Amino acid sequence: MAILVIAEHDQASIKGATRATLTAALQIGGDVHLLVAGSACAGAASAGARIAGVAKVLVADAAAYAHPLAEGLAALVVGLARDYSHVLAGATAVGKSFMPRVAAELDVAQISDITAVLAPDTFVRPIYAGNALATVKALDAIKVVTVRGAAFDGAADGTATATIEPIPQGPQFAAARLVRQELTKSERPELTAARVIVSGGRGLGSGENFHLLDQLADKLKGAVGASRAAVDAGFAPNDYQVGQTGKIVAPELYIAVGISGAIQHLAGMKDSKLIVAINKDPEAPIFEVADYGLEADLFQAVPELTAGL
Amino acid sequence: MKAMVAVKRVIDYNVKARVKSDGSGVDLAGVKMSMNPFDEIAVEEAVRLKEAGVVTEVVAVSIGISACQETLRTALALGADRAVLVETAAQLEPLHVAKLLKAVADQEQPQLVLLGKQAIDDDAGQAGQMLAALLRWPQATFASKVSVNGGSVEVTREVDGGLETLALDLPAVITVDLRLNSPRYVTLPNIMKAKKKVMATIAADTLGVDLAPRTQWLAVSEPKARAGGVRVADVAALLDKLKNEAKVI
Repeated sequence: MAILVIAEHDQASIKGATRATLTAALQIGGDVHLLVAGSACAGAASAGARIAGVAKVLVADAAAYAHPLAEGLAALVVGLARDYSHVLAGATAVGKSFMPRVAAELDVAQISDITAVLAPDTFVRPIYAGNALATVKALDAIKVVTVRGAAFDGAADGTATATIEPIPQGPQFAAARLVRQELTKSERPELTAARVIVSGGRGLGSGENFHLLDQLADKLKGAVGASRAAVDAGFAPNDYQVGQTGKIVAPELYIAVGISGAIQHLAGMKDSKLIVAINKDPEAPIFEVADYGLEADLFQAVPELTAGL
Repeated sequence: MKAMVAVKRVIDYNVKARVKSDGSGVDLAGVKMSMNPFDEIAVEEAVRLKEAGVVTEVVAVSIGISACQETLRTALALGADRAVLVETAAQLEPLHVAKLLKAVADQEQPQLVLLGKQAIDDDAGQAGQMLAALLRWPQATFASKVSVNGGSVEVTREVDGGLETLALDLPAVITVDLRLNSPRYVTLPNIMKAKKKVMATIAADTLGVDLAPRTQWLAVSEPKARAGGVRVADVAALLDKLKNEAKVI
């Protein structure tokens, strides 16, 4: 039994979501192979080879994979998958897009967004915005699984180095093309990898006020997140959104500022180790999940907190 | 060109799901059911494309028991032209749904299929991508902007680092995200009009799709509840707790 993990990388290093996926793969057990599809991605391949537990790195290095789209990446993976018992990827925007194509082309089920491995064929996954946990057994011969990064610690580098094996480019799919990317520039840690997250809601009132959170986050070396209401109102970019349909996070410390705590938001952050809520509404549901609740005007409390650190 | 929209009947967005005491699933008896909110956005987008003269007909499709007709009526009241119910009482998984939708797409021959990016009950997020793979069509997930230009469609997607825009040759599958549009309110005159629109029913077992389960749900349980926290009086007390009790800063 061998497991194929599809890496997300920036051509030079392996992303945290993939390291978490590798931990899930190692819990399943068996030889773990890492697929790095990229362009001039030797750095990412050797970084992958150093991760503890990776037995082999497969590298598809081609210009077409500078920014692989779901169609082409799925075709490459399908070509390899029949030699494996499991195909795993992170439940990220990339993983969520190409993995169901892999499953459909292999004619097998996909198990989405797992949070625990109980047996090589049995996994736990949240349903209904995390209000229930399903224990699901996959009956197909090849298990196609996406992994919730926040639920597994990232696999660290080991002492050994895995072999790196170049593989040929897979079939291309001309009907889908990348036009442009508009990525949010930030010096802060990635939301899904941050130790501390300061998250803001509608209570901030404007995009300008949202920068209050930047100062607090910078002091804590944290990331800035947002509720759906804040993103919908244009206070923060879409990639800040934490929740059922946004990013799922589980930092050491989550500070919710001016967030009422809709169940869809709680679904994205309630596994944080410590939750602090600052809200002027004493009835806000966020207080029900907060370890420390401060009923206060955020425009006074946040600068005071920032100054006190 | 024709647009097909898939809609799912799910627990209402505002209802908190309760796990059955025997661990066999979520208790849906007597619970308010509605159209999956993402699917509503997909219907709205298709109707807007029709109003803009890009699409000529919007066909809404749902799969499940006869109660899904209510969901389809909502789609018709939002502006879909006709509806198709693929009727089955089987426990469906995303792969089954994708295969049944493919069978309908083979009959209907749409140029564009729109679906919600995920259903808020099983949170699987698979059906659209699986359908695209089975049809061998290009796909764009998590759409926040859709513009059709002749034989192709440009889709802006919400991805982990920000936004990404793809061009897809038609026919194509698009799964929609929250910020694509705000669905209109269903008005009484439109509900009345919807009653006169055509709703066809196809028995799922006539479509030649194997609906045997591919997964087995062993148990459904409640997540561990967080222990109740405390209220702190002021910022100084909060700082003290963070430093000396939780020791996180």
